[in-house]
Amino acid sequence: MTTLTIDPTTTSDLDIDRPRGGAFAAQVRHSVALARRSLIKTIRTPEALIDVTLQPVIFLLLFTYIFGGALSGGDRHSYLQYLLPGLLAQSLAMGGIALGQNLNADIEKGVFDRFRSLPVARSAPLVGAVAADVVRYLTVCVVMLGFGTIMGFRVETGFLPAVAAVALAIGFGLSFCWISVWVGMLVRTSGAVQGVMFLLIFPLSFGSPVFVQSNTLPGWLQAFVHVNPITPLVNTIRGLLVGGPVAGPLWQTLAWMAGLLVVFVPLALRAYARRA
Amino acid sequence: MSAARRSLLGMTDLVVRAEGLRKRYGKTQALDGVDLAMRRGTVLGVLGPNGAGKTTAVRVLATLLRPDAGYAEVAGIDVLKHPQRVRRRIGLTGQYASVDEDLTGTQNLVLIGQLLDLTTRDAKKRAAELLEWFDLSEAAGRPAKTYSGGMRRRLDLAASLVGRPEVIFLDEPTTGLDPAKREDMWGVVRSQITQGSSVLLTTQYLEEADALADEIVVINKGRVIAHDTPDGLKRRVGGLTLRVRPADPARVSDALRVLDLVASPGNTASTDTAAGARPGAVSVPVVDDTALDIVVPALRQAGIEVNDLGLHLPSLDEVFHALTEDAPLEAELV
Repeated sequence: MTTLTIDPTTTSDLDIDRPRGGAFAAQVRHSVALARRSLIKTIRTPEALIDVTLQPVIFLLLFTYIFGGALSGGDRHSYLQYLLPGLLAQSLAMGGIALGQNLNADIEKGVFDRFRSLPVARSAPLVGAVAADVVRYLTVCVVMLGFGTIMGFRVETGFLPAVAAVALAIGFGLSFCWISVWVGMLVRTSGAVQGVMFLLIFPLSFGSPVFVQSNTLPGWLQAFVHVNPITPLVNTIRGLLVGGPVAGPLWQTLAWMAGLLVVFVPLALRAYARRA
Repeated sequence: MSAARRSLLGMTDLVVRAEGLRKRYGKTQALDGVDLAMRRGTVLGVLGPNGAGKTTAVRVLATLLRPDAGYAEVAGIDVLKHPQRVRRRIGLTGQYASVDEDLTGTQNLVLIGQLLDLTTRDAKKRAAELLEWFDLSEAAGRPAKTYSGGMRRRLDLAASLVGRPEVIFLDEPTTGLDPAKREDMWGVVRSQITQGSSVLLTTQYLEEADALADEIVVINKGRVIAHDTPDGLKRRVGGLTLRVRPADPARVSDALRVLDLVASPGNTASTDTAAGARPGAVSVPVVDDTALDIVVPALRQAGIEVNDLGLHLPSLDEVFHALTEDAPLEAELV
């Protein structure tokens, strides 16, 4: 479509109305182009990576060296072995907050209105942004395992289980972040996205076996831990990194991921379509 | 007015057509039955005070907003039924349809090209072409947030032209630009017309509408209160004014007496207070240009020397204030 015929009687059925290569190819192409945009932005603003680099490291240091001794009766190393897989899960859940904030800012600044005035596949702006977030989740995993190793953490299972743990963590991050995307479409300011998401993630994270074994908790809290999606994720990652049962919690985690996608992808897309 | 509008709506070669657009936000009726018509290959200027509904109307036409009621057609296509088809034929520039500040000029334009289904190669070619044309080649590799206001506005405009759109919507494209840059923009708009596009432009500068628009729509409180050519609007509101400036300020009262000879019924000559008039001028509303045949000899006979003498249509400012019942044209937030 390098030239545009302006006779209305002939334009209506020209190729111009069909996306190049069909609707699905266009969806993929647009998503890739928009994911590339998000990556360029990420690379250009390294300070935006603090929440997936410095922040998890601070949590790791804080809980290992300040609380770790007390929590584990003085054995910091064994607490680090226990803590790191759990913190990985928490960091992945938190890693998606920035995505919702960025999308909210895109709407506020009018960048999304530009996209919406173009013949872009409906879900491409959201799908592209989520796809680009893989880089941030991979960063969390690399930073935590790398820094954890310096602190003395050791994978007790093997290379492949560790890779599987990282893959599962990233997969969970990609599912969980749709909540943040949805919230980002609903609230007025990007600061509010963070507020709402912290309100959601902190109970999930602390009411789980991330920091302490759940049998030390009161019964009512154990009931919450039992239905918390972070719980099977933490148990699976822990099993894959330092040993323990994997199959049961893995299926539960996959079921949660599927459930998050089924509920929050349509909610996010609908909220995006409505946000004018 | 209704006769003029009917005849415009009756024309077949309309590239934008809207009827009875309504949109309510809470208690505000942003659009209260708006009809619009823009002929192919022309510039339609949409004027109105802040909050009149201009931007809401543009957002409806550009597929960003669904109206509560009404019909809209762009490039012959139903906006509500086939928004994707409309999107392949329009370009939009406004404070809300923005480029990405973190991306470079080139990256912004290439992304838009890709989203318009150009191949990456064609998108890059088109981006380079537009950046060159808008004098942004030097800055093409820099993030847009490092651009000056004028450069940023040029990039915004370039972004809306990537797909060689049939219809271009410009929502206050020159707000905040200095006069020289504004005239550059006007040149761009005119060149788009010569290339076969049609441009719908909202503006808070009446001077801009006067310079660019073939026809003007005035919107107030969600309704179209006038649709005419700039000259037609001026004639409708004020008629002709004859203005004279005596060389000797002491002769002003004599000049007033002369001008009273040609005053249109019910009017008298007065010292000129219109915007932009220099002190010492006198003016009078007249019926037509035959007034000159009387005034010129009469002034000569009375021995009044003049520095300036002419017939004027009212300025669009006067028209606008008359139409909107002196609703102030507030400067909109940028």
